[in-house]
Amino acid sequence: MRYRAAPGTGGASTLTTILFIEQVLNGLQFGVMLFVMAAGLTLVFGVMGLINLAHGSLYMVGAFAAAAVAGATGSFVLALGAALAAAAGAGALVELLVIRRLYDREHLDQVLATFALILIFSEGTRWMFGSFPLYLDIPDALSGVVTLPGGIQYSLYRLVIIGIGLGIAGFLFWLISRTRLGIRIRAGESDREMIAALGVDISKLYTLVFALGAALAGLAGALVGAIQSVQVGMGEPVLILAFVVIVIGGIGSIKGAFVGALMVGLTDTLGGLLLPGFFRLFMENAAATSTGSALASMLIYILMAVVLVWRPQGLFGPQT
Amino acid sequence: MKREMLINAALMAGLLVVPLWAWAVDEPFTITLATRVAILALAAVGLNIALGIGGLVSLGHAAFFGIGGYAMGILASHAQTYDPIMQWPLLVEGTKVMPVIWIVAVLAAALAALVIGALSLRTSGVYFIMITLAFGQMLYFFAISWPAYGGEDGLSIYVRNDFPLLNTLDPIQFFAICFALLALALWFSARLAASPFGLALNAARQTPQRVEAVGLSPFRLRLAAFVLSGAITGLAGALFADLNRFVSPVMFSWQTSGEIIVFIILGGVGRLYGPVAGAALFITLEHFLGEVSDYWHIFLGLLLLAVVLFARGGVIGTLAGRKVAHD
Amino acid sequence: MKLRTLIAAACAGVLGTAGLAEDGKVKVGMITTLSGGGAGLGIDVRDGFLLAAKMAGNDNLEVVVEDDQRKPDIAVQLADKMIQSEKVDVLTGIIWSNLAMAVVPSATARGKFYLSPNAGPSMLAGKGCHPNYFNVAWQNDNLHEAAGGYANDAGFENSFILAPNYPAGQDALTGYKRIYDGDLAGELFTKLGQKDYASEIAQIRASDADSVFFFLPGGMGISFLKQYADSGLELPVVGPAFSFDQGILQAVGEAALGVKNTSQWSKDIDNPANREFVAAFEEAYGRLPSLYASQGYDTANLLLSAMEKADIANAEAFRAALKEADFDSVRGDFEFAANNHPIQDIYVREVIKEGEVYTNKITGVALEDHSNVYVDECDM
Repeated sequence: MRYRAAPGTGGASTLTTILFIEQVLNGLQFGVMLFVMAAGLTLVFGVMGLINLAHGSLYMVGAFAAAAVAGATGSFVLALGAALAAAAGAGALVELLVIRRLYDREHLDQVLATFALILIFSEGTRWMFGSFPLYLDIPDALSGVVTLPGGIQYSLYRLVIIGIGLGIAGFLFWLISRTRLGIRIRAGESDREMIAALGVDISKLYTLVFALGAALAGLAGALVGAIQSVQVGMGEPVLILAFVVIVIGGIGSIKGAFVGALMVGLTDTLGGLLLPGFFRLFMENAAATSTGSALASMLIYILMAVVLVWRPQGLFGPQT
Repeated sequence: MKREMLINAALMAGLLVVPLWAWAVDEPFTITLATRVAILALAAVGLNIALGIGGLVSLGHAAFFGIGGYAMGILASHAQTYDPIMQWPLLVEGTKVMPVIWIVAVLAAALAALVIGALSLRTSGVYFIMITLAFGQMLYFFAISWPAYGGEDGLSIYVRNDFPLLNTLDPIQFFAICFALLALALWFSARLAASPFGLALNAARQTPQRVEAVGLSPFRLRLAAFVLSGAITGLAGALFADLNRFVSPVMFSWQTSGEIIVFIILGGVGRLYGPVAGAALFITLEHFLGEVSDYWHIFLGLLLLAVVLFARGGVIGTLAGRKVAHD
Repeated sequence: MKLRTLIAAACAGVLGTAGLAEDGKVKVGMITTLSGGGAGLGIDVRDGFLLAAKMAGNDNLEVVVEDDQRKPDIAVQLADKMIQSEKVDVLTGIIWSNLAMAVVPSATARGKFYLSPNAGPSMLAGKGCHPNYFNVAWQNDNLHEAAGGYANDAGFENSFILAPNYPAGQDALTGYKRIYDGDLAGELFTKLGQKDYASEIAQIRASDADSVFFFLPGGMGISFLKQYADSGLELPVVGPAFSFDQGILQAVGEAALGVKNTSQWSKDIDNPANREFVAAFEEAYGRLPSLYASQGYDTANLLLSAMEKADIANAEAFRAALKEADFDSVRGDFEFAANNHPIQDIYVREVIKEGEVYTNKITGVALEDHSNVYVDECDM
């Protein structure tokens, strides 16, 4: 796994084992954040049968709440708490006012209504916070790099993100498979009438699941906002990626979302790294850079199309 | 049903009268707005064949809209610079003749719809929505990073393309072309819906098993509908590019796909003239709300929400009353 | 609703014609981005422009402002509206190159003047130049070329360069390489809109670069700088002013401190016009002016200077008056090259902290009296 491009070409950076491992870590970090985002989407779809395009707006709400609280108090922990609370609150509110009227509607109505919610959330946020990006930074305690075994220098904050993401994944698996709430969620996925017959207050369950998904999206927004930019419209690109993830994994499956997220994260990161180099093997440098970059930007969509053509219900979806 | 026909007639008459009036009082911008309505309605009429009759919710029709637009942009830009598109194995020159451009746009969009449809129709439901979205995004990123035709900057065409015997630079004459094509597409989809093919397609949406039982393949029916649908949206894309004298990757964006769906739902799903009502309402709102407030998207969002929650049949459904299965 | 359309349109038509009839009046149509993601830039251009108009107190100047939502097709529609209904004489305001490419050629072909307060695509400077098109900001390559000039002065010999994979990004890298004399340690195109640069930063770390040049406008730049600062890499970074401008600098925060960037304007340029502008802007809007605000301000003053000298009804004379550029630019010396793009000094700025506010101070000049390479391609 080591090659060197012709010297003096410029742009051909050396692919070493260390660089490769670092990129795998980057892909992993990207993947776990996508998972945190996608988990809420897939739960909401699995339990309530709802496509929620406004999930990206909740991600934005989390980031803005975190930036506002961090700006006022200087505490990152409080900021994360605010992100969770604001996104869960916004989620619960939207569920009560709008979303619950959509559960028995066609997907088409759901797409349009949640598209409308995106417009309201985005312009509402701009109205409240103005048109300029907000400031949110990594807390001092987590900034800088650590040296991993093998001499790899890697961002501490990104390692923490990977840890939090894996922790959330573990928590969700536990929640779904071991708790009473999880049993109800699973029952809701397979048979909605039965769960009502069991005497579970279904509307409360739905609000709870939706708020949980929203809180996860808000948390992801705050965690990622600290290393990226907090601005209006930040949610939609992530939303589309999260959809790619749950479709690859099979909608409704937490396990599918996890596998799908890691696949997308790694494909995107490694594709951007390897494709230009691959094209350089038989093209001149500038053309290879632009062709490789163009293909890399399409790569995850190609991955999704291939998976769906091969398994129309996703990797872990219910096969019919 | 009678009432809906009246509404449809009033809609088309309105779309015809407003620009004529504007032409009479020399108010060319209103004609431009009406032309925009006609073209966007045409795009949505295309999608409505897949969505309204076939029940195929495609969130990727921007792909065909953009392909139509780029067919126009590429042909016209080569004609503009007298630089042939290719010289080998055979000489292909650019052109500024609208009917030729339309044919190329329709064929290119249909071909793309055939490929995308053949792959996407293996899935259904949400998966179908998402895989069409993925194909749209693929083309979007491709168009942005493809330097030959302007990338994100897009392509500018300095003069509108020609149509035999008409002066397309005159807004009212260009409007007439777009309106005629819209009327033709509406007539075509009405015939299609009533034809054996349309009935079978509709049946395949409701109970695929019954269609299979009589020996028809739901997959093939849907694919044919998807190709027709993409072709009409591609034609609208070529006209849209001509209206703006400009094409750019924005035509491929998922927001464009979303807006085409919005037209249909605003107008009323499954209503033949729903796209016309929806596009007209959308453009009018965009025009007036934009003047009222910088934050007009909030009001647009609230209105869309209200339509979905409380006025389920869209404009036509609300005016015409209870929805009948299909017309 | 339809009746209202007609009445409203009819009124607009009548008013528009009335405006045209009077002597010396100039009606300006400003199409800029006021909603959605990139709204901050358009708002600054608008505010700068309107501030200059207000300060001049010239009743003959009328401005109509519309929001393009950063969509090319909306911009084209608004341009049609302004030309057809509002009967404007001059168009201005567009922020983005792709929108400019959609609007400018057809507007100038219809005899309107276009004054660009921000975008300067190479097409409009070279083969597509037009006597009625004036760029008051810069040709797109300029600030990148200046970054290359700075890199030479600073003694960089092995730069790692990156930009998004779209025309402005490709131009940025070309512009930098045009002036920069050293070698390249690497050259990367990122995805447009990309927010995570871990992969690129890892590649910079793995290379033997001695400096980094990047062009990543808007949120992309904020993300890159924060992640770069956190990566522990200490190579010097240089870029065009866009990622270090007043509007977004507060969002980048400490990560930007000390970074060198190239700009034709800075709030500490020491001349009377600039001092007056900075003070008036702060007083009027309660915030520090940005690069974009300065460009909007200069655009209005250029127009006002031409209005003093010529009547817009005489297009020939008005064009000549614009070309003289006889106004006090906030950036100091300013004149137009043969292709109506600026000849101006481009400075090197350094990001500093003044009290609680991040801002820039000038540390030197990167390129003096700099024009653009497309002058020769333009024949008019």
